[in-house]
Amino acid sequence: MATRVLSRQEMKIDCEDDVLLVRRRVQMLAQQRGFDPFATAALTTATSELTRNVWIHAGRGQAVVEEIAEGGRCGIRVQFRDEGPGIADIERALRGGYSTAGSLGLGLSGSRRLVDHLNIESAPGRGTVVTILKWARLR
Amino acid sequence: MKVPILRIGRMLLASVQVELRDTVADAFQQDVLAAIEKNGADGLIIDITALDIVDSYVARVLLDTGRMARLLGAPTVLVGMRPAVAATLTRMGFVMDDVYTALNIDEGLHLLQGIAGRRLGA
Repeated sequence: MATRVLSRQEMKIDCEDDVLLVRRRVQMLAQQRGFDPFATAALTTATSELTRNVWIHAGRGQAVVEEIAEGGRCGIRVQFRDEGPGIADIERALRGGYSTAGSLGLGLSGSRRLVDHLNIESAPGRGTVVTILKWARLR
Repeated sequence: MKVPILRIGRMLLASVQVELRDTVADAFQQDVLAAIEKNGADGLIIDITALDIVDSYVARVLLDTGRMARLLGAPTVLVGMRPAVAATLTRMGFVMDDVYTALNIDEGLHLLQGIAGRRLGA
């Protein structure tokens, strides 16, 4: 099925304030696209976790926020890119409870439970690209 | 930007109105602990009505603050959590142990007064 990109915005992540800015952008789009409050909170929280991951682990990176349409439904896709240390064991990181930064280790595993799709491309020393997608529920 | 801490009888009320970023979070924890010591508070209410998003970082700050307060003898009640926030934290697998929760400030106050009363009675 053809996926159309309705809008696309690249945002830099290189300080803690950027975590907020990316999150607010995604929250606003979700509300405008008719996400209910639970879905909005889920997508916005996942965005917050993953933006913070970029900032904490890589120090800087990028978020690409897109509104997409496919077969009559709308969604929001966010890609988080960094050139940081990368993830050695993606499976383990996704299982949760595993942290290299003294946090709770819920960032990746928790985010996966909040969105419809989460994809990770990463290797040690080669940076990380995490992509999430959530559809607005049809009413 | 500081988190205001008010005194209600023998309880303290901290209303989180701003984003708990790293620097704010540290100051918040220190201010809360200092206020508990200074006032000899019997309990702490943390009001998060103003937060429409609570990610695992902020949740951990709140939980840690509650644990610290308990070590000073002040049990903590987290109040005002929005339904969407509760659903999100639960789906992420976050467990809010070590702090009490209540729907609003009134109920949080009652809960803490009950705990303080039982302590005196024992």
